[in-house]
Amino acid sequence: METILLQLLNGLDKGSAYALIALGLTLIFGTLGVVNFAHGALFMIGAFCAVTLSKLLNLSFETVDPTKTDFLGNPLKVKTPYVEAWFGPDFGHALIDWSVPLAILFSIPIMIAVGFIMERGLIKHFYKRPHADQILVTFGLAIVLQEVIKYFYGANPISTPAPDAFKGSFDFGAMLGFDPNIIIYPYWRLIYFGFAALVIGAVFSFLQFTTFGMVVRAGMADRETVGLLGINIDRRFTLMFGLAAAVAGVAGVMYAPILSPNYHMGMDFLVLSFVVVVVGGMGSLPGAVAAGFLLGILESFASMNAIKSIIPGIDQIIIYVVAIVILLTRPRGLMGRKGVMEE
Amino acid sequence: MTKTDLTRRRVLKSGAVAGAGLALPTIFTSGAYAFTNEPMGGTVTLGFNVPQSGPYADEGADELRAYQLAVEHLNGEGDGGMLNTFSSKALEGNGILGKKVEYVTGDTQTKSDAARASAKSMIEKDGAIMITGGSSSGVAVAVQGLCQEAGVIFMAGLTHSNDTTGKDKKANGFRHFFNAYMSGAALAPVLAARYGTDRKAYHLTADYTWGWTQEESIAAATEALGWQTVNKVRTPLGAGDFSSYITPVLQTDADVLILNHYGGDMVNSLTNAVQFGLRDKMVNGKQFEIVVPLFSRLMARGAGENIKGILGSTNWHWSLTDEGSKAFVKSFGTKYGFPPSQAAHTCYVQTLLYADAVARAGSFNPCAVAEALEGYEFDGLGNGPTLYRAEDHQCFKDVLVVRGKENPTSEFDLLEIVEITPAAQVTYPPDHPMFAGGALGECNAG
Repeated sequence: METILLQLLNGLDKGSAYALIALGLTLIFGTLGVVNFAHGALFMIGAFCAVTLSKLLNLSFETVDPTKTDFLGNPLKVKTPYVEAWFGPDFGHALIDWSVPLAILFSIPIMIAVGFIMERGLIKHFYKRPHADQILVTFGLAIVLQEVIKYFYGANPISTPAPDAFKGSFDFGAMLGFDPNIIIYPYWRLIYFGFAALVIGAVFSFLQFTTFGMVVRAGMADRETVGLLGINIDRRFTLMFGLAAAVAGVAGVMYAPILSPNYHMGMDFLVLSFVVVVVGGMGSLPGAVAAGFLLGILESFASMNAIKSIIPGIDQIIIYVVAIVILLTRPRGLMGRKGVMEE
Repeated sequence: MTKTDLTRRRVLKSGAVAGAGLALPTIFTSGAYAFTNEPMGGTVTLGFNVPQSGPYADEGADELRAYQLAVEHLNGEGDGGMLNTFSSKALEGNGILGKKVEYVTGDTQTKSDAARASAKSMIEKDGAIMITGGSSSGVAVAVQGLCQEAGVIFMAGLTHSNDTTGKDKKANGFRHFFNAYMSGAALAPVLAARYGTDRKAYHLTADYTWGWTQEESIAAATEALGWQTVNKVRTPLGAGDFSSYITPVLQTDADVLILNHYGGDMVNSLTNAVQFGLRDKMVNGKQFEIVVPLFSRLMARGAGENIKGILGSTNWHWSLTDEGSKAFVKSFGTKYGFPPSQAAHTCYVQTLLYADAVARAGSFNPCAVAEALEGYEFDGLGNGPTLYRAEDHQCFKDVLVVRGKENPTSEFDLLEIVEITPAAQVTYPPDHPMFAGGALGECNAG
């Protein structure tokens, strides 16, 4: 029982990340009809926004401490962050400590700009081309972006911790009447789950309850008719691309304390997110979210020792097995619409 | 009926001429080139095969820095580094056997096929006489096999799997770096002394040659001191989030988690384990402990504060105070501005050892070099007295048991040395079962 509860929790936070990436992918596919393989790179760039802000806040000046020596025997250079010198040690330290949550605000304009440049600069030219061309060009773009990040930040993972207040873990077991220390879960992962729910809720409300969202939904359903009504649907779709990039970006920012960011983390998530989109149904936003959580939880259960001892290696393939079964029984995915990618 | 001129005598004659003609080029070449890539001019080319892209690129960059430093020192430039402390004085700072040392580099990408391709290209196109480097045991085993076939010496870089000098050992391959067995033999007594002999260990293991041999070595060494092994779970390489492998640990009565992971996997699994509160947990009335048997200071940075207090082992650390280490840290630190990693150290030392063996043998012939390295005892290269054992081409030297430092004074000051385990304690017989299954074979000079 405890194991099941724990793996369920595990699945929820993994599923949150899948759902957030898949949501952005589906938004782009649904509006622009582009299969965006560079979406994982946007998630990665988001995580590196957190790294960048943390580095910026840690920018330091050096003072020489003659009483100590460095590894070569020279006087030790002590680094003091500028923010601590400007705002006092307490507030400065708090700023550095809270760099990951602060990076959400920092990342949104950057991600929208990155999304806007990507769409206007490159992807726009591939709207009328076959999906295979779009996949190739966006996949190439993903590789270019990750190499750029590697050039500036190196290949090793970079530690980006959560604020001290969220370190440690929450004892669910004690709350539910189990023995203490059996079902514990890190605070930050709970926050990630809540944050993902909030973002998903915000995106759905935006599409559901605003005029802008209504026009976009209309455009997704029938682009030509909306165009004939004199609405510049392309511009709105570009904005949706920026929005999708921002969703992937903030998902990456918040994931940085869970997984120390490295340049290829986007690729690791991308493939799985594509499976999520296909299982959920191409172009279906609720499908993407549902499939994200479903596959996250299944993957988590499949890595239980009890299950691995029956079917070795199942944790590696469960997602693809589920994808095959669903595509065989429901070719459009869980909530796929008729006519999407079927022309 | 047509008459032919063929007579027995004529056939024999022309056969002999043709045979001599066919044999001629090989007579010439074998006279001109006694072995693969014999250096003929005033220079000799070494091939540095390191990961320049992929997840271990930063470690590869540090290896390359060390190689460039070694080449400088061999050619008599810079301050000479460990040449001044090396027990052998065969090298005079005028290149190798008077030939100026040049080098070419290849990118292993930490993929066996890419590493073989780049080594092959350096041997065939650039005329490299020796190949060295790498940051993965899978790559080391693959490149070692290639060098054996090509007839050049392979001086392994960072490779920790028992197999490199065990079942996959080769006559042309040599390893200075320590191995998983040695980590187990050095760590186990320290673990038993600090955490007690009544412990239950849970292993998470990277699913490839290095992970398997390390798991086997650590489990055997700790079980010999009374520990039990509760479970051994294999994790895929680059799993990213390890939480679904960490949470089952909470359900068992294990009180030690052993992470047989390296690089990014180590950073992620350790970070996850700490986030899940494992280090704050009490099991069986004891404090729960985490062990990382192979530490890399370069990569430990990614784990940040999570490595504090965690025990592991390492081949070398820049804070060692012997004359060799001090000389190396000084040259490297002055040139690059930060201390060298253990990968940089082993690569630098391997280059010096190769050059020294050539100088002592008086020949670049791989078989002469191999003979000079076999059974060679030296000192002054940072690990105390060291033996290059003839039976398996493995170096035997002291092993460092280290711990994540509680109060680091700089971004490089992450590990502190807990114990220097003497070489005798980590030495095993050449026919030890963990190393069984392969043979060195014959030296190949091409």
